[in-house]
Formats: sequence, structure tokens, C-alpha cells
Amino acid sequence: MTIRNREQRTAWLFLLPALLLLLFVFGYPIARAFWLSLFTQNLGTKLQPVFSGVDNYIRMAGDGRFWQSFWTTIGLTVTTVSLELLLGLSIALVLNQRFFGRGVVRTIAILPWALPTALIGLAWAWIFHDQFGVVNDILLRLGLIRTGINWLGEPTLALIAVIFADVWKTTPFVSILLLAGLQSISPDLYEAHVIDGATPWQSFYQITLPLLMPQILIAMLFRFAQTFGVFDLIMVMTGGGPGGATEVVSLYIYSTVMRYLDFGYGAALVVVTFLLLITSVAIASFLLQKSRTSLGSS
Amino acid sequence: MKNILLWGAIAFVVAFCLAPVMWQILTSFKFNQDIAAVPTVYFPTRITLNHYIELFNRRPFWNYILNSAFVSIVSTALSLALGAPAAYTLARLRPRGSRLILAGILMVTLFPGILLFFGLLEIIQRLHLGNNYLALIIPYTAINLPLTILVLRSFFEQLPKDLEDAARVDGYNTLQMLLQILLPMTIPALVTTGILTFIFAWNEFIFALTFMTREDMKTIPVAAAQLGGASVFEIPYGSIAAATIVGTLPLVLLVLFFQRKIIQGLTAGAVKG
Repeated sequence: MTIRNREQRTAWLFLLPALLLLLFVFGYPIARAFWLSLFTQNLGTKLQPVFSGVDNYIRMAGDGRFWQSFWTTIGLTVTTVSLELLLGLSIALVLNQRFFGRGVVRTIAILPWALPTALIGLAWAWIFHDQFGVVNDILLRLGLIRTGINWLGEPTLALIAVIFADVWKTTPFVSILLLAGLQSISPDLYEAHVIDGATPWQSFYQITLPLLMPQILIAMLFRFAQTFGVFDLIMVMTGGGPGGATEVVSLYIYSTVMRYLDFGYGAALVVVTFLLLITSVAIASFLLQKSRTSLGSS
Repeated sequence: MKNILLWGAIAFVVAFCLAPVMWQILTSFKFNQDIAAVPTVYFPTRITLNHYIELFNRRPFWNYILNSAFVSIVSTALSLALGAPAAYTLARLRPRGSRLILAGILMVTLFPGILLFFGLLEIIQRLHLGNNYLALIIPYTAINLPLTILVLRSFFEQLPKDLEDAARVDGYNTLQMLLQILLPMTIPALVTTGILTFIFAWNEFIFALTFMTREDMKTIPVAAAQLGGASVFEIPYGSIAAATIVGTLPLVLLVLFFQRKIIQGLTAGAVKG
């Protein structure tokens, strides 16, 4: 056996355990969902799978609850990701300055990201509590409201509360990525620009933003996928309520499977969510590649 | 002027990040009367440890902590053990198809748990693994593998190649070289990755909620989320706050000690890929 062959064999021996585990935990459930989505398997069929072709998908097209959860997910994702980018970029710009105690402030700034989302959901539910919540108390003291607001009991307000909590929890992730990007921009560029007579705003638009674009897109990509599948925060804060106002696709899938035991339909929901996610990710990666090559050429 | 703006912004960042946690800490030490007082009591005149004591007396809270710790530590160790050789292979040996494998690994980091729990639930039921640590250890290991591989790969790529050439001349085979020479040098990277995987495992919710239904097998996030009172009207806010603090404390400590490493690992994992 040649050295090259032996090395190839070692390579596969090193890779296989990891790859097999990934296939088992990621590949199988998705493949299984594709297969099961062609069957009706629910309480009506006594939980036995009965082949029903694309019936589940036809049902989904006319399922108002699915569409509502779909649009809620889209709205939530677009809102939180935009807010996080804005806030994350601002925080990254602050953390990139030189000041006394910067290490401590950076530590504090990543703290929310590291904490368990479910527990953070509990904390925010308590903060937004209608009777004893601190948000209402502050608003009352400031004279902005006369009686406590039922934050988690009103559809729009509950959505706002969830968005607030999600932004709090995940902005640090965005700031960390953007901070790394900021640190890789050479200070010489700014100095030269200032000598050319540029204002700080011009420097920001002409140097910082374009050079930061790859990091911004990466952060967007990750945050998009994570928010699209967000489960724990909403489950703990509102359980999807009130009246389904905060029910995102992941919560709908969960109750379809775990509460209604409608496995075939649940599988179809998984398939559609998966395809939507893959398509969006593919588009985003394409944009990322493009921004990287355009940076490389300029 | 610029300084005032900067310190204003810093104060905002600090307050924004700490306020919700501080509020939860304060709530956990308040007496029930103060918790349910209107208007809100910001500076309680008396504090209590009752909520913490209750947590451990009325509930198997030590049990939850041990479950969380055990599952997180074992899955972290496993994902390092499986991930390190794979990362080395993708960094240096580069067999045919490496690029495809890498793309697949990147893709997989974006899959939310909700797409997987259903298929995994079937397997777990068929193998009777419900309420078994393996039901969490296996998926947690897998979920942490992509990040482990991506971070370690970028560290292996930075190691000088001469080292490996010298080891080969000394007659080491690839496995010996990896175990005896390269891994000891990548301990900082292993720590970085290990901290991140530990955090992910400790925080995971949907699998823990679905696969562990027996009280003594639950992990902290699920147990805390399911704390309820005797009736719907009596929600134990103090205990919930105390549970939040107990569940987050280990992670706060990790962040305090390893802030630099966490930032390093996160950026390496996301950007280098």
C-alpha cells in the first residue's frame, strides 16, 4: 500500500465517526420527515400510517393556522434581525473604542448570549408581568400610562415583548462578530481618509460599512436561521398565545406532533420549513460569496 | 464632548445587558409580599434566602443541576473526541470530497432543533431511550460537532507544517502524531471549543423537554420553565427567579473567566467557515 493510500484511509477513519453521527442526528430525521409527509398518521388512522400522497401538502395550503404562524415567523425574523444588526453594530462600534475598563464591558456585553434562553424567557415574562411587572411600574411612574398594560395578553404587545426579549438575548452574538470585523480594519485607512478631508460619517459609510459587509452578512445568515426556528423563548414567555398571536412555525410543528399527535401533517410542516430555510440560506450564501469576491477585487 | 457621548453609550450597553439579570437577582431575594407589592419595591428593606431553600427542599434541584452538568460535560468531551480528528483531516489530509463535506457541515449548523426532534423522538421511542441520558448526549454531541470541527480546523491550519514533517521523519504515524504532538499544542483551542459546546448543551431546551419526561431526569432549563404553583393564580415568582439564577450562575462564571476565549471561538467558528 502506498503512503498516499494509507493517508487516505487514515483520513476516512478520522472523518467517519463524526460524519456518521451527523448523518444520524441531522440527515435521518429530515429524510424521515420527507417520507412520512406522504402518509396520514394521526388519531383518525389510529396512529397507523396510511399512504395519502400529497394530501398533507394540499391541507397545508388551506390551513389558516399554518399561514398565520408562517407570517408571524417572517415578521418576527425580519424585525428582530434588523433591530439586532442596528443595535449590534452600535454596540460593536462602542466596544471597539479605547476606554478604561473595556475588558469588563466586553464581558458584560456577551453575557446575555451565554445565558439559557428558556430561563431568560422566564425573566422577561416576569419583567412584562401585567400586575407586578417592572416595565409597567416604570411607565406608570413616568406618567406615560394610567393603568398597567397587559403585555403578554394582547396580540401585538405580546409580539413586541417577545421581540424585545429576543433582541436582548441575541444582539451580543451580532456585536461579537461585527467587533471582530471592525478590529480587522486597518486604522491607516481611516487616517488617510481623514487627511483627504472626510468627515467621520463619510468614513463610516465609505470604509467601515463596505469592509464590514461580509461579517454583517454572516451575522444575518446565522441570526436568520436561528430566529426562523426559535422555540424555547416563545414557548416559555407566551406559549404561542394570546390566541395564537405569537405562534411561530416551530411552535405549530411542536403542538401538531406532541399535542394533536398528527405525525404525517407534522412531518409535512417540517419538510416545508426545512425547504424554506435551505432556500433562504442558499440565497444568503450566494450574496455572501458575491460580497467577498467584490471585496477581493476592489 | 466626545468622551461624554462615549461614556453615555457605555453606560447604556452595561445597563441594557445587566438590568434584566439584576432584576431577577433582586426578585429572588425578596419576600413574597415585596414581590407582589404595587408599586414595585426597588430597594427592599428585608431580604430572604427562602426561595433558594425552597427550591432545593421541595424540588430535586440538585438532581436537575447534576443532570445538566453530566449531559453537558459528556457531550462536550465526546464532540471534542470525534471533532478533533475530523477537523485535522479537513485541515491537513484533505481527502477527496472535503469541500463538499465542509459545505454540508456549515449547512447543518443552521438547522434548528424543531426540524430534528420529531425524527429523533421516533428513534428514541423505538430504542427505548426515553428518560435515558443517551437521549440527550447523542444529539447534543452531534449538534456541537459542526462548531467543534470548524473552530478546531481553523486552529490546525495555523499550526506550522514543519512540526508534522519532523514527526513523520521520527516515525510517528498520523494517529500518534495527532495524539502526542498536535493535540497537546491545541489545548487552548480545545478549551475554547469546549466552553462553547458546554454552553450550548447546558442551554438546550426542545430535546430536553421532549425526551426527558421523568422528574428526576430533567435538566435545569426545563425544570425551571415547569415550576408552577398550587394553582394558576399562585405562580411562584420568587422560586422561578431563584431557579433562573441557579441555572445561569455556572454560565456567568464561565463568561467571567473565559470572555476572551468565547469571543475567539465564536468568531473563528462563524467567520472562518
